[in-house]
Amino acid sequence: MATATTDSLSAHSFRVGRILWRELTTIAITMFGLLLITFLIARVIPIDPVLAVVGDNAKPDVYEAARTELGLDKPLWQQFAIYVGKVFTGDFGKSVLTSQPVLTDIKRVFPATLELATLGTLIGIVLGVPLGVLAAVYQSRWPDQIARFIGLFGYSIPIFWLGLMGLLLFYAKLGWVSGPGRISVAYQDFVNPVTGVILLDAAMQGEWDAFRNALSHLILPSALLGLFSLAYISRMTRSFMITELQQQYVIAARVKGMSEARVIWRHALRNAMVPLLTVIALSYASLLEGSVLTETIFAWPGLGRYITNSLLNADMNAVLGGTLVVGAVFIGINLLTDILGRLVDPRAR
Amino acid sequence: MGVWADYLISDAPQSRRQARLGQFWRQWLALKRNPLAVAGLGIVVALLLVAAFAPLIATHDPLAQNLDRRLLPPSSAAWFGTDSLGRDIYSRIVYGARVTLVIVMLVVLSVGPIGLLIGAASGYLGGWVDRALMRITDVFLAFPKLILALAFVAALGPGLENAVIAIAITSWPPYARVARAETLVIRNADYIAAVRLQGASQWRIVLRHIVPMCLPSLIVRTTLDMAGIILTAAGLGFLGLGAQPPIPEWGAMISQGREYIFDQWWVATFPGVAICIVALGFNLLGDGLRDVMDAK
Repeated sequence: MATATTDSLSAHSFRVGRILWRELTTIAITMFGLLLITFLIARVIPIDPVLAVVGDNAKPDVYEAARTELGLDKPLWQQFAIYVGKVFTGDFGKSVLTSQPVLTDIKRVFPATLELATLGTLIGIVLGVPLGVLAAVYQSRWPDQIARFIGLFGYSIPIFWLGLMGLLLFYAKLGWVSGPGRISVAYQDFVNPVTGVILLDAAMQGEWDAFRNALSHLILPSALLGLFSLAYISRMTRSFMITELQQQYVIAARVKGMSEARVIWRHALRNAMVPLLTVIALSYASLLEGSVLTETIFAWPGLGRYITNSLLNADMNAVLGGTLVVGAVFIGINLLTDILGRLVDPRAR
Repeated sequence: MGVWADYLISDAPQSRRQARLGQFWRQWLALKRNPLAVAGLGIVVALLLVAAFAPLIATHDPLAQNLDRRLLPPSSAAWFGTDSLGRDIYSRIVYGARVTLVIVMLVVLSVGPIGLLIGAASGYLGGWVDRALMRITDVFLAFPKLILALAFVAALGPGLENAVIAIAITSWPPYARVARAETLVIRNADYIAAVRLQGASQWRIVLRHIVPMCLPSLIVRTTLDMAGIILTAAGLGFLGLGAQPPIPEWGAMISQGREYIFDQWWVATFPGVAICIVALGFNLLGDGLRDVMDAK
């Protein structure tokens, strides 16, 4: 008996190990591809990085010296190896625009994006999951129509335009929210950046006026992102719930006399949560991307605006560093959901 | 009509063409019953007509500047008002339909075949080809679409053609995935085995027997994707990386109206409405087509 348990245990850990190994190789390959693509983009760019350093009128020997210093005289594969090595030590090079290491810049701007995307996703979950459940339960009745309507609009409206319209209505006309930016200038010095997430910092330091001000800046852009995440989450919740509600355990639960609410919210939704987890993670990851346009509209000093700004100023180190970080976050979130999904769902173990 | 209808809905088609036309006819009948899909089709057709007859529909020259008539509100002379260079916004939107259509067509025409071929080859051949192709697909899927497109435009330089290339490079992986999934189902079908026994080459099987079977789901996918392509193109245009001025691209027009949003709201509002309507049209049509074509 005891040996049987250890056997199955070791078999189990063996399987877990294999899955983990497969995950890790997948990630390694994907990361490698990510690096290769960003490296190649940096190489095909028509701007000469040497000229950017030495200026247009440099003498040939100065030019050559700078070229050697930048490592551009080496063969391409060696340059790539050096690039990979640097990235792994967190060296993305210096930003021409801010004349600071790209990593320092990214550390500064990332919390702003995180704050926006997190609140947006929370809005999406809190409204989207119940809406999706109701849409599945009352198929083709009004909750379903509302979900359908929101879904269609979420997929048809350009987010930057809706942002402008939101500013026009809620900021300029109604005055319900504050305008672009993260916090008003008057409150800027009240909050010390500890975590970089202004709401947290203000709350920890007891600066409640600053907290309210920051919130009134945050609410419109995050509601906007939330709308798009809501469209996606509610649509997927609906389809997962429809599948679950057709399962036999639902019938069994009903036959046993369980209340309909309990069947839906406790049993069906619980099983639908497993695939939903992936959907929520994907939507969270895509908000980090979708915020490029939103951040531009709302002058939000986050990663998306950092990348765009660098791009418009041909600051390639910053662009590629930012792109790499976003890609890595994407991969990381995917991995995390995979693991989480396996932990939550016994069938996937 | 009676003869035609009999020909089309015949249960015993005499020729391959009759069978094919009959299938189209039945799908059309099914689509016609869905009012939302018909509305979507109407919007798409209207877009095509507006693009084709833009010179007749527009009231002004979309590029003609008139600095005496800057930022005028909508009126009977300028239906949607004028922009900061005194150009007629209505006429610019009308001509912008052409730009949008060109972008969407170019992207779809380049992405569809590539994704289809990669997916079908990957799914049919299997083995290391499949693994290699799917790894590459994964790498592209790991990037957020807009950011990857941004990086490509940065490398290629801003402009309409480069925006199209960037969008195409970033949007083929889902097509390959769909085509692969379909192929995996199809390749074990008996008729493929029959074709193989008759000595058909692998390329022939992929191109003539697998690709056509993947088409319906790919058409649906494409139609649903069109809205996304339009939004991405508009986003690039808005960031100043897509179509360059003075081309009347809708996203770029919104960006031009951005500084005037609080005082001259019409400059940014109307191009956005145009984008919404067109994207909505493609989404509605795509939804309808999915119901009609995917039901096998």
